[in-house]
Amino acid sequence: MCLGVPGRVLNVTEGDLRMASVEFGGIVKEVCLAYVPEAHAGDYVIVHVGFAISRLDEAEAARVFSYLREMEVLAELADGGTP
Amino acid sequence: MAIRAIATRPWVIMEVCGGQTHSIVRFGLDELLPPGVTLVHGPGCPVCVTPVELLDRAIAVASRREVIFCSFGDMLRVPGSRDDLAGVKAAGGDVRVVYSPMDALTLARANPERQVVFFAVGFETTAPATAMAAFQARREGRSNFSLLVSHVLVPPAMETILASPSCRVNGFLAAGHVCTIMGTGEYAPIAEKYRVPIVVTGFEPIDILQGIHMCVTQLELGRARVENQYARSVRDRGNELAVRMVREVFRVVARPWRGIGRIDESGLAFREEFAEFDAERKFDVADVVAEEATECVSGLILQGLKKPPECPAFGSRCTPETPLGATMVSSEGACAAYYRYRRMGPWPTTSS
Repeated sequence: MCLGVPGRVLNVTEGDLRMASVEFGGIVKEVCLAYVPEAHAGDYVIVHVGFAISRLDEAEAARVFSYLREMEVLAELADGGTP
Repeated sequence: MAIRAIATRPWVIMEVCGGQTHSIVRFGLDELLPPGVTLVHGPGCPVCVTPVELLDRAIAVASRREVIFCSFGDMLRVPGSRDDLAGVKAAGGDVRVVYSPMDALTLARANPERQVVFFAVGFETTAPATAMAAFQARREGRSNFSLLVSHVLVPPAMETILASPSCRVNGFLAAGHVCTIMGTGEYAPIAEKYRVPIVVTGFEPIDILQGIHMCVTQLELGRARVENQYARSVRDRGNELAVRMVREVFRVVARPWRGIGRIDESGLAFREEFAEFDAERKFDVADVVAEEATECVSGLILQGLKKPPECPAFGSRCTPETPLGATMVSSEGACAAYYRYRRMGPWPTTSS
């Protein structure tokens, strides 16, 4: 219920409310873009109970992966060499 | 492991988000941590903290013949004083699970002769969706749609926990999607007043581990600041459009939290202009009073003072099929998470 799930915007339709078809790994749902009106096709958004609540920032997402690599390096150093 | 490399002292870190609770228990993240770093679960499950009297009011409304009662799925089996919404449905009540409050509004448009009621449960993450449904209903002049509101706010709950004499929490992971809406500004005064680092964190295992790492780093350095691990979704200013809509539709009020008690300025209620959409007023159920089962210790669990396996009823008298309290029913509740992923033990205890 409370979960926010990332999905990819397929297309946007203007109407009474700005809406979009958003794909979640094969499942497509209609999502309201009223709170993220700047999202367009190809963007990733976080969706909660039928509403996009944010647009995923690609640069920030990439940073989490570089943190992971950094931690792997530090862990190897802490363990004192070859794993 | 990087966290072991930096932790020199025991630290207790609390997360306040059911989604994070589940991720931690499911992926065994707490078991990966060095022995000194303890994770405790806070009141991060809005289903779990919905007061019993509100459940009883929901049941009273849902039992009415003219009502189509719409709810998120995990509210259906939360025990009220005597019954639950699933019981109302089994007895013939028109109770329907919906994914979004807008689905309930769609039902209202399609069924003009019925009264459609939506059970609006959730933190700040869900309030913008509820607000939009009420806002649209008012624009359409829809007289057969109303909402039973149970929105609660995270920062006052964090303060209540921190202000408690039995508080052992040194640092917090703040809920990533609550902060996606609200931003990070509300947490700075809390970090400063109670001298606790607060790291806004996401939900994937990597997010939670990074959030813990950032929190422990601050604790080791004696810092108490707000940091944002979930920057791919959370901006410091939050989602201003969503916040504006919530403020237009709702005002902040005191609310009782199941298992914790009344917390000032911790919930949302409709503003006067939206009074006709308030199901509590429309169906005149504001007087329904509750009785709470005594064996359930969900209050202690929600405050991070006990872990589910320490409850004498856990797994025996209290299971997902026969829940005594909301923390076992809700998909985000700590007891449900432990039951689902940790029944084989060994059990970590709050004293370790």
